Order: sequence, then C-alpha cells, then structure tokens
Amino acid sequence: MTPEDRRYSSEHEWARVDGGEVVVGITDFAQNQLGDVVYVELPRVGDQVKQMKVMGVIESVKAASDLYSPVTGEVVAVNDAAVAEPQAINDSPYDRGWLIRVRPDSLDELNGLMSAQEYDLHVSDRGAEE
Amino acid sequence: MSFVPLTPAEAAAMLARVGVSSVDDLFEVIPAAVRFPALDLPPGQSELTVSREVRGLAAQDRPTGELACFLGAGAYHHYIPSAVGALANRAEFATSYTPYQPEISQGTLQATFEFQSLVCDLFELDVANASVYDGATALAEAVLMAERLTRRERVVLAGSVHPEYRSVVETYVAERGTELVLGEVAATDGALREADVAALLDERTACCVVQQPSFFGGIADFSALRQACDRVGALLVMVCNPIALGLLKSPGAWGADIAVAEGQPLGVPMSFGGPWVGLMATRERYVRQMPGRIVGAARDAQGRRGYVLTLQAREQHIRREKATSNVCTNEALLALHATIYLSLLGPTGLRQVAENCYQYAHYAAAQIARLPGYAVLTPEPYFHEFVVRCPLPPEELNRRLLADGILGGLPLGRFFPELADCALLCCTEMNTRAEIDKLVAALAAA
Repeated sequence: MTPEDRRYSSEHEWARVDGGEVVVGITDFAQNQLGDVVYVELPRVGDQVKQMKVMGVIESVKAASDLYSPVTGEVVAVNDAAVAEPQAINDSPYDRGWLIRVRPDSLDELNGLMSAQEYDLHVSDRGAEE
Repeated sequence: MSFVPLTPAEAAAMLARVGVSSVDDLFEVIPAAVRFPALDLPPGQSELTVSREVRGLAAQDRPTGELACFLGAGAYHHYIPSAVGALANRAEFATSYTPYQPEISQGTLQATFEFQSLVCDLFELDVANASVYDGATALAEAVLMAERLTRRERVVLAGSVHPEYRSVVETYVAERGTELVLGEVAATDGALREADVAALLDERTACCVVQQPSFFGGIADFSALRQACDRVGALLVMVCNPIALGLLKSPGAWGADIAVAEGQPLGVPMSFGGPWVGLMATRERYVRQMPGRIVGAARDAQGRRGYVLTLQAREQHIRREKATSNVCTNEALLALHATIYLSLLGPTGLRQVAENCYQYAHYAAAQIARLPGYAVLTPEPYFHEFVVRCPLPPEELNRRLLADGILGGLPLGRFFPELADCALLCCTEMNTRAEIDKLVAALAAA
C-alpha cells in the first residue's frame, strides 16, 4: 500500500529520488488525517529548503499544519497544479499531488529517513497511541 | 484546582530557573531612573473634590464643536448623524467584548459582514477584513502583507504618505530587516510626482505605498505607477481618505493590490486621536495573507442564512507565531459607527459630503491666496486640504486665531523643517461660508 520506491519522514512527508533530484509530497496517512485540503503554501523555485525545517503550510477544512522538507537542497520545481487544485493532494498524494522537486545537497541525507515498512509501523504506533 | 495565579513557591521556582535570586534582580536590566519613577501625587481626596478638579480641567478644553475648525492632517471634523450614536450605543453592541464563541453573536457578525461589504464597495476591491486598529497600523499591516506575498523585503513609501504613518511603518519593520525607501515630495507638488516614485522601484521591491489625497491634499494619477509596479512585480498599496472616495476614483479602479484607510471620518468622533478604526481590503487571491478577522456568510443545517468567522487558519489562535498578525485588536464598535454612517449616507450622500469638503476648501484657498503675504502652495487638483505659506510663524498665527474662536491649520515645521513657515489647512462640510470669511478676515488682520 505505502509505496516502497521512496523514503518517509516522521512528519509524514515522502521523498522519492528521480534522476538525481528528489520529489517531495505528503503521505496518504497525512492527507487522510487532514481531511479536505483547501490551501497549500509552498517555497518558490530557487529557494533553499533544509531537512526537517518548515518549507510551507498545508491547510484543510479542519486544521493548518506546517510542511517539513525531508531533504536539504534547492527547489527546482513546484507543483502549481496542486497549489491551484489542492484536492489533488487528497486524491493522489503519492503521484499527482506531489509538492516540490529539490536538487539535494546530498542524497545520503535520505538514509536517515524511514522505509515504507518503518513508516507503516510508525503510523500504526501513532494510531495505537491515539 | 487553585486559582491563585502565582504562589511564592512558584515564583521562587521560576526565578531559580532563569537564574536570578529575586524579582528586583529580574528588573535590574531596566535603568533605575525609569524603573520606579516617583509619582508626585497629592493624598487621596473625596469624590466631590476630585470631580470638581476634573471638571475644571475639562473646562480648559476647546472642543471643535465650539470653534471654527480648519485642522485636519489625518483627523477630520465631520458631522456625525445622531442615528450613529443612538444605534451603536445600544447595549447589545456597546457592551459586548469579542465573543469567544463568535457564531452565537449573529447580530455582531452580521454588522461586521455589512461593514466588510461597504468597505469593498468603497474601495472597489474583492475582500475586506473586520477592521484593524487604525489607519496607520492598517498601512503597516499592508506592508507586512506585501512582504509575505512577494517574499521581498524592500518597501518604497512615497512622499505623499502621512509622516506619522511613515513612522508607524518604520516602527513595525524596524527589527525585520526590511529596507525602507522614503520618497520625497515638495509641498508645491501637492501630490506625488509619479515618475520620481517609479524610479525608486526595483526587482527587489515588495510594494510601493502612495496616499490619495496626499498628505498635502493633492490628487494624483496612478496609471503610470501601476505599470511601473507591474514591470518589477511590486504590489501597489494605497492609503485613502474614505470621504474623498465619494468623489475620487477608487483604489480598486487604480489597480491597487491592497487599500487601507483611517475610518475616523466615517462617523467616529476625533476623541483626542482615538480609538479609531482601520479599513483594509485586497484582491481575493491575496486573502490568505490578509491579517484580521473575516466574517463570511453561510447557511446552517436548515438552509438558513448565517454568519461565521472564516479563513481562521491565518489567525494567531491557530497559527500562533506564524499568524498573519499578532495584533489582537479589532475595532468592532467603531466599525459599526462607520457601517451605520455609510448606510445612512449612501453613495449619493457620501458624494455630497465630499463635494462640500472640496468646494469649501477651494473657496477658502481662493480667498487666502488673495491676501498679501500669504500663498497657497498646493496646486490643483487637490481635495479638502492645502498648504498655505504664512507671513508669520504658523504657531503664532494659530494662537491669534484661537483667540478669535478659530482652530488653525497644522504647522508643518514639525515634520518638514523647510516648511516651517507653512500650515496645512483643511475644510469639511462642517465649515460654513461665514466661518471661512471669518478665517480670511482674521488672517488678513494677523
């Protein structure tokens, strides 16, 4: 269920390596917890993002949450379609609902993130606590 | 649960945590001279004695209602229809503080919704907030909003902007690293010279702030400046006089991205400078970066019309330090004054007030310009204020006028040393032709 071609942060962002760059989005669990996303504020192309630092804001009908970058580097693309129609983040969090594309300072950073299996466990622990 | 807010044990624990031994030590960083200033107060007096004393002090005041007032410069003497106070002072409105469950106060929310709608009509912009603290802080908030929207930190303030508004903006951005560029304007220009302001813009500029009418009363054309902003991706922010909008082209029509105004002229007493009310509106696509509360119209489960606070994720109770503003003050009661005022006047009434202001000011300026030793510096077109060069210091002139029951204009030297011999005069619908003739005669005799 959770795609195995990418890494996951404890803040529920995913990072997928694509041709030396990293595509970033939020997980299905995150979009499900948020509910209908109505607004997303992302960095701009050329901005620097830092791993586990705030890179933007996502707002749903019931909450507003910070977005944390899972990787350090320079933003090379932003998903304008998701900004214009945030529903894409709910409908297709792992694909059409991607958020930004980053040229990473080092791909090694991703080793510190979770695998799909570890993330599923992280989420089920979280579910158990709640 | 104990409701004692601070027990000695808790105080001791907190002091230990920050590493000081006593509360006095905590305040050691504040210079001793200002820490406990001596208040030279007489011993306690009876209510009667105090009331007599205070009445005596109040009697020294010279209220505008008893004078012929020609002072403006940001605070304006307008007629306030009695319905404004009669309705706004109803206990349902006057005694309510911010409702903590806002939707239970449908009357308050409806009044605020009407206020927002009127501000949108006046500015010809898409969305307005429920008001902010006053006109000057509305401008400061607009500047911060433009910085967020453009992610730029350079701000151009045209010379047409009220010097006190410029000071408030300077205070707001002082610790933020914003680069403030202050344009200059000569009183003889009246309004700003567009090309001079446009020359200050560059690709790092978040916004360009202009005021219409200018501090000196002048009316400008902003078409070229709007284009200059577009060329560098800067926003255009306009400070307006809401009464003047009865007559002048709206900020929305000029293409302004954010418009703000001091709402005091709309049925709010001058009250020694406040409390007043800040009006603020913008384009719909910028609404998420607008500060302040926003009331929206909605339908309840039974399909009935109702009002709600909307887009609250911008606000500090949700976004904390990342909120669009951490100023909590909304001026609901004074926004209600403005709402009632505008509802009573309507577009036709507002235009009549504006025309009267314009005509009286132009009549006064024409008479004063004929007096030997006086010169009107503000060129056409101007609204209801103009700069007059005087043959004697304006402060001295004002003392003589006051003896005749006339409140003179603002001496400009306090803001512009080169205009030390000039005063800014204002006329509103409150002035009569007889008052103006009396002013002109008094000036001639001074």
